[in-house]
Amino acid sequence: MKPPPFDYHAPRDLGEALAALAEAGPDGKVLAGGQSLIPLLNMRLAAPARLIDINRVAGLDTLSAGPEGVRAGALARHARVERSAEAAAVQPLLRRALRLVAHPVIRNRGTVVGSLVHADPAAELPAVLALLGGSVRLAAAGGAERDVPAAEFFTGPMESAVRPGELAVSAFFPALPPGSGVSFRELARRHGDYALAGVAVLVTPAAARVACIGVGPVPIVVDVTEQAAAGDWAAAAQAVRERVEPEEDIHASADYRRHLAGVLAGQALRDAAREAETTGVRHHA
Amino acid sequence: MFDITLRVNGVLRQASVPGRRLLSDCLRHDLGLTGTHVGCEHGVCGCCTVLLDGEPVRSCLTFAVTVDGREITTVEGLAGPGGELSPVQRAFAECHGLQCGFCTPGFLCTATALLRDNPSPSEEDVLEGLSGNLCRCTGYQNIVKAVHRAAELIAEESR
Amino acid sequence: MTRLFGEPVPRREDPRLLTGQGRYLDDLGQGALAAAFVRSPHAHAGIVDIDLSAAIDVEGLVAVYTWEDLPERVGAPLPLLIPHPALTHGRTAYPLARDVVRHVGEPVVMVVARDRYVAEDVCSLIRVDYEVRKPVVGVPEAAAGAHLVHEDVPGNVGAHLVQEVPAADGRSAAQAVEDAPHRLTFRLGIERSASMPLEGRGVYARWDADDRSLRVYSSTQTSTSVRMALAARFGLPLPSVEVIAPDVGGGFGVKIVHPWPEEVLVPWAAMLLGREVKWAEDRREHFVSSAHERAQEQTVRVGFDDEGRVLGLDVTILHDHGAYTPYGIIVPIITSTQLLGPYRIGAYRVEFSSLYTNTVQVTPYRGAGRPQGVFCMERTMDRIAAHLGLDRTTVRAANFIQPGEFPYDQGLIFQDGRPLIYDSGNYPESLRLLKELIGWDDFPARRAEAAREGRRLGIGIGCYVEGTGVGPYEGGHVQVTSDGRVHVSTGLTSQGQGHETVFAQIAATELGVPLERVSVVTGDTRRFGYAVGTFASRAAVMSGNAIALACRKVREKALRIAADALEADPGDLEVADGVVRVAGSPGASIPLATVAVLANPLRYAFDEETGRATQFAAGAGMDRPPVDEGEEPGLEGRDYYSPIRSTYASGMHAAIVETDPDTAEIRILRYAVVHDCGKLINPMIVEGQIHGGVAQGVGGALYERMVYDGHGQLLNASFMDFLMPYATEIPLIETAHLETPSPLNPLGIKGAGEAGVIPVSAVIASAIEDAEGIVIDRMPISPSELFDLRRAPAPG
Repeated sequence: MKPPPFDYHAPRDLGEALAALAEAGPDGKVLAGGQSLIPLLNMRLAAPARLIDINRVAGLDTLSAGPEGVRAGALARHARVERSAEAAAVQPLLRRALRLVAHPVIRNRGTVVGSLVHADPAAELPAVLALLGGSVRLAAAGGAERDVPAAEFFTGPMESAVRPGELAVSAFFPALPPGSGVSFRELARRHGDYALAGVAVLVTPAAARVACIGVGPVPIVVDVTEQAAAGDWAAAAQAVRERVEPEEDIHASADYRRHLAGVLAGQALRDAAREAETTGVRHHA
Repeated sequence: MFDITLRVNGVLRQASVPGRRLLSDCLRHDLGLTGTHVGCEHGVCGCCTVLLDGEPVRSCLTFAVTVDGREITTVEGLAGPGGELSPVQRAFAECHGLQCGFCTPGFLCTATALLRDNPSPSEEDVLEGLSGNLCRCTGYQNIVKAVHRAAELIAEESR
Repeated sequence: MTRLFGEPVPRREDPRLLTGQGRYLDDLGQGALAAAFVRSPHAHAGIVDIDLSAAIDVEGLVAVYTWEDLPERVGAPLPLLIPHPALTHGRTAYPLARDVVRHVGEPVVMVVARDRYVAEDVCSLIRVDYEVRKPVVGVPEAAAGAHLVHEDVPGNVGAHLVQEVPAADGRSAAQAVEDAPHRLTFRLGIERSASMPLEGRGVYARWDADDRSLRVYSSTQTSTSVRMALAARFGLPLPSVEVIAPDVGGGFGVKIVHPWPEEVLVPWAAMLLGREVKWAEDRREHFVSSAHERAQEQTVRVGFDDEGRVLGLDVTILHDHGAYTPYGIIVPIITSTQLLGPYRIGAYRVEFSSLYTNTVQVTPYRGAGRPQGVFCMERTMDRIAAHLGLDRTTVRAANFIQPGEFPYDQGLIFQDGRPLIYDSGNYPESLRLLKELIGWDDFPARRAEAAREGRRLGIGIGCYVEGTGVGPYEGGHVQVTSDGRVHVSTGLTSQGQGHETVFAQIAATELGVPLERVSVVTGDTRRFGYAVGTFASRAAVMSGNAIALACRKVREKALRIAADALEADPGDLEVADGVVRVAGSPGASIPLATVAVLANPLRYAFDEETGRATQFAAGAGMDRPPVDEGEEPGLEGRDYYSPIRSTYASGMHAAIVETDPDTAEIRILRYAVVHDCGKLINPMIVEGQIHGGVAQGVGGALYERMVYDGHGQLLNASFMDFLMPYATEIPLIETAHLETPSPLNPLGIKGAGEAGVIPVSAVIASAIEDAEGIVIDRMPISPSELFDLRRAPAPG
């Protein structure tokens, strides 16, 4: 289990990185945290001709939290974002989701943006981005940057809107609106495994949404505003069950995953609604 | 080939590696530090965990060339300058926290960083902290006990 | 005198293992060439062509071998290690596939290169043309026999064995079932798992062309037997081959199989190339080329009376043996005999068929067939209790062999070819301790209280008897050198059991020397050539007793020499702290070191101390030769322990589980163990063995399974998908010990290595069934499966 040979580039700045990616085209692969890519290389399930290691690119190791939301640069590691009190204050769902991403040691290397680009349908962060309506900023040599909204970013299992030659330079997670609550619930076989099913939930004074993982090719966002307004959590859970498209694998049947998504959605919606109530009270006070 | 310099256990070490050389292989086979073990090479078992600038990372999921110029601590570097075992190492012996010893270096590195960041961890903190390391021998009970014991030893000795 | 035997002394192994100074296989031979293998991607196929043309120009490639390149003896099928008359169609693999591959992962081409990266590059460039055949996967397909794994094995049946113990009045078991007041028939199943040590297998070989000798390091559970197998295969004189098991990162059974293809091929390549060659198995290779275990389908017919006493038991087992049978039929034999557990059964018949499938071969994994047997018997006990409306512990107690009934002959032949006669035990007391530990009688109240909170709890129990310490023998060598140090060696190997510690405890206790003066070497044929290996919870019993006997020889000799020197009667002497003393006369003493000097009459002194043993030194009697008749120079002794039959350890486990009514998650809230392995040498180490065993058992009950698809592809050949538990999945294990000594050996000990794993699937199934009120007849079980069971219509 040793990686196949590749040409290795370690650009020092963004321009150099984008030039290297442009030159590599479809043969190029970006290495950031490597926690998903290197296992694939070690198993020789991926064999890119060129690896562009962005770990030395200046200016990508950024994390900023403001009233609008949290922006994580391409080298912001999971652990750093998880520990950031500022990020947690602006959007508490990030920290809660990050604590469910693999294990602490993996989070020390893995990056938030890398996890989004990897686009595993069972991963937590894509669901967070999808739920909150965040976006990913892509850059390419010679071109302007473009911001791709979450709804267009995840195009299939392990597929994202990043084109050959492009680099995902940051991701933006909108702030939690006042009077809102969030929750992340999932069930994994072992602690830290990819979830059999999981849900990220946002309840605001105006809307309620559920983003589901592990039950479809991409994170599936279900609007349950109506059911939530009526306090009918069972109906909300049912709406989730009806929307998800789970598949069977060696760990769980499709039926079970569908059931689980509903159960977790019901539980998480209650959590988030309770939280929205308390934060709402605090805002009024 | 890339010429890299690592500060390993406080000593500057140089190696010439291809881009694909895993840090685990570089430490073990280029630098002769075989205490870092390789149990799965896909980042799940935690045997290869080392400290990179003090933070535990999987050396099998890191290319040596990526960490050129950085500081690495391996199990060989955990004991004191005179070779005296660290509190974590002593606690593992005292609590029978190891059997075959293959996973042990990864646990030791992980626990060392855990206790540095959180000197009096709860049961849950310890379980979460160790949750990325597999052991096939001990059933973990004595490893968890050892981490709590190490916390006590560190507290006693810093008094 | 400090009695070290029985004390929780810290492990001698730990300082080196805690500082990165252990030496495992891949830590050795840093300059060696690396081997890698092209392995079959198909479960069943003919090999049409092997095309090396794209590979041969790779820089760093040293050699490529296919089966056709192997000399006749090297390329012959691997040995069938344990023949048995019932194994009528034993089949083993070739070191490299010849014409046909029979499981995914079977080695086809060997590549030797500068390093493992290059070797893998070469492997990826070699093209093998296969003619794919229909694979046989799973017990039902194998039993159907429509397609064959081996063309010359009809019905895929490698072995068929029936053992029967009729009722006291001579009736057959089937008749006893038929005649019983109550009868039940049901099916049970257990899936595949594997030992999965964190260090894979590995071999490193050096050929010394100057003295024509071969030294092989292998991550093996039996270095002596690897040595003999290699010497025979290469036609080398036995003394020219040495095999050493260095530090081994876990075995759990898989490393007792030998010689593995790589164990033959790597040394052969080293001899041929005149270069050091090493192969360290990677995780993916381990999944598809090292052995698995467990998979069985069982049919049970049981007849019992109103008290739940089993009057007749008739069990049929279909055992999935994978593609080859190098380890014979040890696993199903153990299942079918150890199934009886602590019970006296009216009449028993067991029949098994060992079936070939196009999957990785099946050989012992910790527990070695016992978890399946115990699952069968304990599920049966629970069914009887449910049928009669009795408490599950009441039914068990009604069937226990009583303490006064030992030795108890079960009337069967065990895995060592000897009668299954239990030597000692105290099952009622074990049960009493267990019920107390888990709070069995208070559980209904606890369950009711949880139910009021909407929580679902269940309690389960499982009992087992484990034949440990099987023969034929082990040996020990003990040498006291003139510096007062004690060097102990034994031929069997270590994989983390703490042998360096417990054997030193035994030697220090027997000889009366401080522990720190004793050093122990295991698994090195340079030190001890006669041995069997480490398996079947036998190391402490076999080598422990052999070392004790060797120590007694040394002690006796030391007393003889000391008596001479002190002009005392040997009967008046005692040894403590490394000094021989005349009891009650503190002035009259002589250190063992000096005794060692005197034991070796010298012509040449190499220091002041040894000068005392030279020919002109005072005190030498002129009326006797320097080395007396019947004596040998040196203060050392060698002895062997060869038991008449196995010694039978026992234990009982109980667990409380919680199942989530909504998510079907299964959580173990409490896990209790009562364990009886006779006299404890080191309670800390025994407890560690139990913890580890239970953890593997929990893995086997709730997480681990090898999942093959219909094409014979292993779908979860990674630690991502083969779910070995982390610390977060293992409950706290509460243990209590009973020490019923074995009358069979001098130390009164029984084996402890495998015990923990044996009853866990049975216990967890029992508890889930209790929580859910749904029959659990297959393990492991996942939340998804529990969810499906809840939805399935109730049978009948």
